[in-house]
Amino acid sequence: MADEVLNAEGLNCPLPILRAKKALKGLTAGQVLEVRATDPGSVADFAAFCNQTGNELLSSTSEGNIYKFEIKRA
Amino acid sequence: MLDAQKLENAKSMSIIVTKGSLDWAYPPFILGTTAAAMDVEVTMFFTFYGLVLLKKDLNLKFTPLGNPAMEMPMMGGHMAMPNLIGMLPGVGSAAGTMMKNLIKKKGVASIEELREAAIESDIKIIGCQMTLDLFEYKREDMIDEMEIGGAATYMEKALKSDINLFI
Repeated sequence: MADEVLNAEGLNCPLPILRAKKALKGLTAGQVLEVRATDPGSVADFAAFCNQTGNELLSSTSEGNIYKFEIKRA
Repeated sequence: MLDAQKLENAKSMSIIVTKGSLDWAYPPFILGTTAAAMDVEVTMFFTFYGLVLLKKDLNLKFTPLGNPAMEMPMMGGHMAMPNLIGMLPGVGSAAGTMMKNLIKKKGVASIEELREAAIESDIKIIGCQMTLDLFEYKREDMIDEMEIGGAATYMEKALKSDINLFI
């Protein structure tokens, strides 16, 4: 479903955000990036990041120790 | 592709970076790169000991000396280092190595990585002319992306910025 998947597992703040920003730049408006992270802080951070940048946070879920975010590029 | 409203809403931040040890290098680079990722226009002004962070060859040091809040996680607990031990020969560099290993193990970015991200995200990087003169640094020892400026250059940016930090 996602147009691109970014594996940010094992990375700590602020790397998941920085990598996601880079990945979003490579997408076109309306495309979806899926980010997989293990940093618990990324839950609040991706919400803030999307809120500020206008990219839409379609979903924020977790499976075990993995946090999954789906972001639609603005 | 000029989006007038977006331009009007654009936020900006400036950071004065005054410290160049391994631990103190993190806050400015983390905040700067994250802000840039959030579409904030960022200026970083490196002065005094902060200027070493712009050397082409980074060899950042870390010392537990004079830092009673530094506790290293160790064998399930935490260990602080009394000054008396921290000043023994070799202990400082051992602590630095320990810190670098810890950073790697925890998936924390290296300063080199964050600096690269800062450059990639078009953060304006200004090196302080007076500090270059004072500590006798050569332009060619510093990264190419460094612009040179003084207090007035910083002030011009700071006066227009939404956030100004001194670290």
